[in-house]
Amino acid sequence: MSRRATLIVSFLAVVALACAPLLFSSFTISLFNYIGIYALVAIGLALLTGVAGIVSFGQAAFVGVAAYATAWLSALNGYSPWLGLLLAIILTCAVAAALGAATLRLEGHFLSLSTLAWGLAIGFLFGNVEGLGNFSGISNIPPIRIGGHALMKSEEIYYLVLLMVVLSLVAMYNLLDSRWGRALRALRGGNVLVESLGVNAFQTKLAAFVIAAFLAALSGWLYAHMSRFVSPASFDAAMGIEYLMMAMVGGQGSLIGGVVGASIITFLKNAIQDYLPLISPNAAGQLEVVAFAAIFIVFLQYARRGVVPFIAARLPNARPTAPAPAAALDLRAQPATGAPLLKVDQAMRRFGGLIAVNAVSFDVRAGEIVGLIGPNGAGKSTMFNLLTGALQLDGGEIEFSGLPISRAPQRAIARAGIARTFQHVKLRPRMSVLDNVLLGAHGRLQSGIVRGMLRLERSEEARARAEAMRQLERTGLAEHAFDVAGSLPLGKQRLVEIARALAADPTLLVLDEPAAGLRRNEKMELATLLRELRADRLTVLLVEHDMEFVMSLVDRIVVMDFGSKISEGLPAEVRADPRVQEAYLGGVA
Amino acid sequence: MTFDIAAILAVDGIASGAIYALVAIGTVLLFSVTRVMFVPFGDLAAFTALTLAALDDGKTPGTVNLVIALAILAFSMEAVALVRAGGAKGLPRAALFYLVIPIAVALAVRLLAPATPPLPARLMMALALIVPVAPLLDRIVFRPVADAPVLVLLIIAVALHFALVGLGLLFFGPEGVRTQPLTSWSTEVFGAIVSGQTVCIVVAAIALSALLYVGFEFTLTGKALRATSSNRTGARLMGVRPARAGTIAYVLSSILAGVSGLLIAPVNTIFYDSGFLIGLKAFVGAIIGGLHSYPGAAIGAVIVGLLESFASFASSSLKDVIVFSILVPILVWRSLVSVHIEEEDEE
Repeated sequence: MSRRATLIVSFLAVVALACAPLLFSSFTISLFNYIGIYALVAIGLALLTGVAGIVSFGQAAFVGVAAYATAWLSALNGYSPWLGLLLAIILTCAVAAALGAATLRLEGHFLSLSTLAWGLAIGFLFGNVEGLGNFSGISNIPPIRIGGHALMKSEEIYYLVLLMVVLSLVAMYNLLDSRWGRALRALRGGNVLVESLGVNAFQTKLAAFVIAAFLAALSGWLYAHMSRFVSPASFDAAMGIEYLMMAMVGGQGSLIGGVVGASIITFLKNAIQDYLPLISPNAAGQLEVVAFAAIFIVFLQYARRGVVPFIAARLPNARPTAPAPAAALDLRAQPATGAPLLKVDQAMRRFGGLIAVNAVSFDVRAGEIVGLIGPNGAGKSTMFNLLTGALQLDGGEIEFSGLPISRAPQRAIARAGIARTFQHVKLRPRMSVLDNVLLGAHGRLQSGIVRGMLRLERSEEARARAEAMRQLERTGLAEHAFDVAGSLPLGKQRLVEIARALAADPTLLVLDEPAAGLRRNEKMELATLLRELRADRLTVLLVEHDMEFVMSLVDRIVVMDFGSKISEGLPAEVRADPRVQEAYLGGVA
Repeated sequence: MTFDIAAILAVDGIASGAIYALVAIGTVLLFSVTRVMFVPFGDLAAFTALTLAALDDGKTPGTVNLVIALAILAFSMEAVALVRAGGAKGLPRAALFYLVIPIAVALAVRLLAPATPPLPARLMMALALIVPVAPLLDRIVFRPVADAPVLVLLIIAVALHFALVGLGLLFFGPEGVRTQPLTSWSTEVFGAIVSGQTVCIVVAAIALSALLYVGFEFTLTGKALRATSSNRTGARLMGVRPARAGTIAYVLSSILAGVSGLLIAPVNTIFYDSGFLIGLKAFVGAIIGGLHSYPGAAIGAVIVGLLESFASFASSSLKDVIVFSILVPILVWRSLVSVHIEEEDEE
């Protein structure tokens, strides 16, 4: 659907929901309230699990921290529920930040298991603290008051719940569409790519984690003051998996899916509670959880992608609009042609007993194309990873534009002006080509999370989109801007990587076997593109196997064999060097 | 804390650690072969204890009906899959493994139960009844998604645990059970009384671990399992069938879980939902050991047992909080010491 159609449908949906108290009974409205409260958590999980790929079983614990915080402050200490909201948010986000800082470097299932563990630990804690009422919980929580009026009835608190859900959805959709959201979407599939684009992967994950906890805190606060009672059972491990279920049923990575999932699960639960006693009057209570788990398992077996993506695939696609022309992004000051740019001095790298790179030294000057060649296993790729910070040096120094970068992390090197491509193409195959290229411009943009949520970064975003479009035109990919990156053939995907690198406005472009797997005419096009870039005063260092491609293109060549540099010079000199011939042909004939 | 108390706590901790170790080894075994983190192993241990308690009373355990129900479901799914794939001639074999054997075991136990056979027979009956459960669940729940990402398998396993808890309440009822100890003999070590049960537990844990070690190192089946765990595709190319390797892993791990259930039944009162904590503590142990090493898992599980024992002395109500909180720093430590491998899970 087009943006306008989406806005109209959303507006109508909100108006219809606002009229709901006129149409439905109090019971149904209170069901809606629960859906809204669960949906807040599920929206956070859609962001965390669906978008960033961090599966958390522990969200119920965050809801619990917030609910207990506000219950303790308002019911036990007599303060206003609004002060409770403040405490709930601060405490929940602080707990999330601490847990996230400790665990978000973990990978995949280890991370998920840790969420299960601290979720359980926090859940047990609620039931075992005297001051929080042990297992019987805290009752007599005061209702929320607005201007002296207490929100006692479900129709009254309904509007507050609706408002919070709508605002959260709008903020999260804005955020996903921003610079930060793009980085978050790129996290799935590993850290190496995002770090090479200047993104701090850990910080991005941590922010997503805290945002999800923030939404859980809103949910917990509403829950405590709506049900007016909290007990540990509402925040246990079973509830944690139920939230996950909501997010997954709604649709992986779909924010509105959180709302859809919360609705489906809540109505389904209600229906199971209503109908199971008819089928099995004696064992209904026991069978409820069984039926529920069974339905979830069947869902995961056969329809893992969820409801919203299923429907979205059947709606007409919006025709994407090409980015409007906008002012260019600021450019980096490029060094004068011929000035020393990169200086590798006695670089060393060992893997156990193997010396992959052994005291290699070479220079690259601004405005030239340098080829790094060598037989298989010569250490070229290792050298390459040392330059870009993907691996750390064991000895020696690397200097870039006069700055030592030997100990710098990948993202700092990227921001200093070295942009890279990968031997095995690393794109985000489900994002559009344009979005992939926009990722490259991450380091040139400034707007952060809050500006993204409030959509205050549109002018910067427009400039970035125009810039990305320019780089796509430069690499001859303009017509593919809105294609899904994974649908392009390999040759085009390599060009997308180059366009992405160019979007970073680099001083030095380092290409890891850019011609590998390309057909002959694709190689010639690539060579033409690289010559054009050199004419635009860009410096290029490339690692390559294809001799014909290298010899015809580069200004100078560095040859490595068994981890050491064996030759350096003009293409003709290198070709005549007996050591090079020996390395490639196994002895001079 | 005096030395005497420390000794008593240590003995207690080692005993429960040995029980966790059995479940932890099963968890590691199954994870490495099938990539499934089988959260419900603890439930199986608890179900074994409940089964044994029912047999002690001369009653038909709820497991009988559970196994029959699962066997019918698993066989129906296998039959449909076979017929769809045009392999109807495989039906008799499938019927034998998924239907006839489990139901025969269940019916045999049902017939023998009222006679209250001697204790060793009851132990064997309880074990025989619990072993088919996990392989049948594998056929029903995990086989259709065998190639799904690890995280999806994990979520399914957690959901399966909740289903099993509900079934546990249905088949066993809400009462807790505690069975008679295997022996009333006891001895004294460093001033702490060590019961025969504790000795049984530790000896069983060591014996089963040693048996597994021998099996993995010196038999062809063991090598096939190891091959599957290190590389599924490679093993498949060499003629190892991952599904079969998976079934063997399920049977072996079920035996471990079953034995731990038999051993814990006289020590702790077991309810239909006690398994979750047993399973998760075993998990914590397995993770301390790195999820790929059997001795590591066993040592980790003993550490968890000791930690729990000393934590319960410090604060009995917060012992579970302490045990699960400790996992977070352990995971962080593991992530710092383990070699980082970029996971490419782009879908």
